Amino acid sequence: MSEPFREPEMWFHAPPRPTRIPLAPVKEAKPPINLTVDGQAVTVPDGATLLDACKAKGIDTPTVCFHPNFTPVNVCRSCVVELDGSRTLVPSCSRKAEAGMLVKTDSERVKTSRKMVLEFLASSVDLSTAPELQARCKEYGANPSRYGQPEPAHAAGERDSRCAGHHHIPTGEQAQRVAQPVKVDNTLYVRDYSKCVLCYKCVQACGDEAQNTFAIAVAGRGFDARISTENAVPLTDSACVYCGNCIGVCPTGALMFKSEHDMREAGTWDESQQKQTDTICGYCGVGCTLTLHVQEDKIVKVTSPADIDITHGNLCIKGRFGFEGINNR
Amino acid sequence: MDIKVNGPEPTAAEREAVDAVLGAPVSAWSGGKRDLGKEGRIALLGGNEARAQRHLLLPTLHGVQDRFGWLPPGALAYLSNRLTIPPAEVHGVATFYHLFTQEGGAPNHVHVCDDIACRHKGGLELLQQLNQQHSGSKTVEVHPSPCLGLCERAPAALVLRSGKVAQGCALGHATVGTVGNALQPDTFPDEGTDWLQSAVPQGGDPKANLALLARVGHCDPASLDDYRATGGYIALKRAIELGGEKTISEVTASGMVGRGGAAFPTGRKWDAVAKATDSTRYVVCNADESEPGTFKDRVVMEGDPFALVEGMTIAGVAVGAKKGFLYIRGEYPLAIRRMQGAIDSAHKANLLGERILGSENSFHIEIRRGAGAYICGEETALFNSIEGLRGEPRNKPPFPVQHGLFNKPTVINNVETLINIPLILREGGTTIGGLGTQGSKGRKLFCVSGHVARPGVYEYVFGISLRQLIEQAGGVPHGRPIQAVLLGGAAGAFVGPGQLDVPLTFEGTRAIGATLGSGVVMVFDDTVDLGDTLGRIAAFFRDESCGQCVPCRVGTTRQEELVQRLRHGKPLGTAADETALLDEIGQVMRDASICGLGHTASSALQSAIKLFGPGILSGKLAEKNHV
Repeated sequence: MSEPFREPEMWFHAPPRPTRIPLAPVKEAKPPINLTVDGQAVTVPDGATLLDACKAKGIDTPTVCFHPNFTPVNVCRSCVVELDGSRTLVPSCSRKAEAGMLVKTDSERVKTSRKMVLEFLASSVDLSTAPELQARCKEYGANPSRYGQPEPAHAAGERDSRCAGHHHIPTGEQAQRVAQPVKVDNTLYVRDYSKCVLCYKCVQACGDEAQNTFAIAVAGRGFDARISTENAVPLTDSACVYCGNCIGVCPTGALMFKSEHDMREAGTWDESQQKQTDTICGYCGVGCTLTLHVQEDKIVKVTSPADIDITHGNLCIKGRFGFEGINNR
Repeated sequence: MDIKVNGPEPTAAEREAVDAVLGAPVSAWSGGKRDLGKEGRIALLGGNEARAQRHLLLPTLHGVQDRFGWLPPGALAYLSNRLTIPPAEVHGVATFYHLFTQEGGAPNHVHVCDDIACRHKGGLELLQQLNQQHSGSKTVEVHPSPCLGLCERAPAALVLRSGKVAQGCALGHATVGTVGNALQPDTFPDEGTDWLQSAVPQGGDPKANLALLARVGHCDPASLDDYRATGGYIALKRAIELGGEKTISEVTASGMVGRGGAAFPTGRKWDAVAKATDSTRYVVCNADESEPGTFKDRVVMEGDPFALVEGMTIAGVAVGAKKGFLYIRGEYPLAIRRMQGAIDSAHKANLLGERILGSENSFHIEIRRGAGAYICGEETALFNSIEGLRGEPRNKPPFPVQHGLFNKPTVINNVETLINIPLILREGGTTIGGLGTQGSKGRKLFCVSGHVARPGVYEYVFGISLRQLIEQAGGVPHGRPIQAVLLGGAAGAFVGPGQLDVPLTFEGTRAIGATLGSGVVMVFDDTVDLGDTLGRIAAFFRDESCGQCVPCRVGTTRQEELVQRLRHGKPLGTAADETALLDEIGQVMRDASICGLGHTASSALQSAIKLFGPGILSGKLAEKNHV
């Protein structure tokens, strides 16, 4: 007769199932930071920047390349502030607040630097579709005309083919500019690099800050630096997926809906006649918030609010450009 | 990263050029054939592994440029695939450097220096002659070049021959004839050591008591035995015996500060890295010496390469780094060959590699070649360049000792700083710390060029005055008076004949509003049109600005326009208006630029205008004196 089956003695007991999902160990919150901005005491949370500290005190700071959703690249230098103990001015958008910092935002040094930065931009770039920057120029008393007459626009592709190294020596009688013809190589959006201030935001949006497509990058060096696809090929031959997220972050209108560009060319673009309506995109189940810009009962452009958690201002080709069907009535 | 590459199919030769640097592709992910049997459904060398190769971008671009003399789109598309780098970013990096050619053209390139030292010594004429000789040529392309670091043998030219075995050589006292000879395959007119003796005029003089330059021109730079016979590698042994902490104390005791221009205490830098929590650390040697008028690092690397290898190894031992990068500018082919030779010999003798001299310490050195960008001498731009990004400086803080190369704690030192290290450990930190003045300890190399009888690299214990140094260099030829001296290079300042008694120390030069910078002492006699020199300096900064920040990108451009207006006698408003405008441009560049290039881009100009008034730009002064 065989042995009756006996259950083996248990030697391992699994721990009881947790009643709820265990939480990550609590990180001890670092104490808030006290600093002084323009003589006023400010308290900001750990990790905040000087720009945050300025905002907390309601101090208006000009920014061009800063975008709240992106890592600061601090290249425009329009947000510089004077920091006690620092030889140079520091960019407030990226400089982290530290306890005891003494910051000045209204000193002559700060004002001069901001004025010069705005003057440099206004004298080399077309700011006609950047009303905020124009207002800043006025505010700081920038006088871009003092660098001489603007030089004529460059031929199409001329700036794209410039090489690093020795350049043609100017006579100095005309102020050099980035002016060039608009690039219209697709039916969705145009690139007018006459208006490009090289804030790097479109490269960030196309790259790992948002879209991860990497169709554009900064090429060239110095004053010849420019945003470019590989070998400056048209967008249609590049990796572009036409999400339009670069248009969403462009501060000067260098990147623009073709619909807006055409209406501006025809002189029919009129923002005072436009209504903005928020809705939810119906193309898929993500539920992106769309802001439809409507003029004379026609959708003329689509954006998404940058502070909405679902999109952070980003959309796809369908949400951003797929509105022609509604216009066809 | 799933990237989209639309470029043309690579030819067999283009594939070969890329594979020669990267090895054969291991999977379809990196541009090879898909072998389902071998890789199944998992991409070999994909994802993180592929992205971690980004630092190979610059060496691969060099490989392609060396093979064809330009960067064919097919090769770029193939290397995008191989390294998983988006083609737009490859284009962005390739267009950043002026030794890379974008358009198909000649396989050979001649770069002729027309910078501030060479342009008064026949550089402009040579450039014109070569341009005439090779106009329309399909085999040779002639380019004007910023300073080639051969100022003691002006005029200079750099010849780069492409082909299966790419060859480059730099020529001092260049003529149409010597350039022609250097264009022949398999010629290396820069080899040899004879001219090294003239590069160090003090060499062989026992009274000069040279320590840093003692071997240059007098020891075989290829011989490790010669180096060891003259006191080499005693210091490394001592450093290994002392251990990291005590080695750093020695360096601190010597009062050594960085010789690249910023004069940061070396001991403090090393200490911060040694105490970093991250155990992966790097040592980087900045040999991207591009400051116009500077050539000391080249002379040291060509004449005494083992000293630099030893200095870097000691730095690695001291801070606990296993890996060092030596970033040499692409304009120094001979220095690159000699340093590679020294690294290989040191490896064979177990002075580099795993378990150095039987100890627990390991250290490896890899050479990285720059491709023509002054800005890559800025430490954080140099990191970006090694990492395969555009050579744009990073904002500081964080500093390299916390977040440096590959975001790891990094010691980055200039060549001259590192060759002082073996000396400090051999003679003792306190001995070296006892040399020099209150604020400047030890020995300093000076690059003396321009109108002196014996240009070259000079070594002195801190304390010598500018007048004494110029006298030691033989004074101004033909007894002509000195018009001005440029201290510290294009980023430095001019001093006038009334300021020649300034002691060449950090504090002495600071007191008169100048800088020691990289040790440039460029003498201009009264025949030189300083306006032309200033025009070139303004053009230099316009060329070399990386273009990242607005103050420098547009400021250097506006500054050059202003200089040219004054040169042509067509100011906007009065000359005083223009000077006031220059002050404002200078101020915003100094205050708001990201890095040192912008901070110093107007200092030489402003110092000259302060000395001589804006009239100096019109060049009338020199015309009068011209013989």
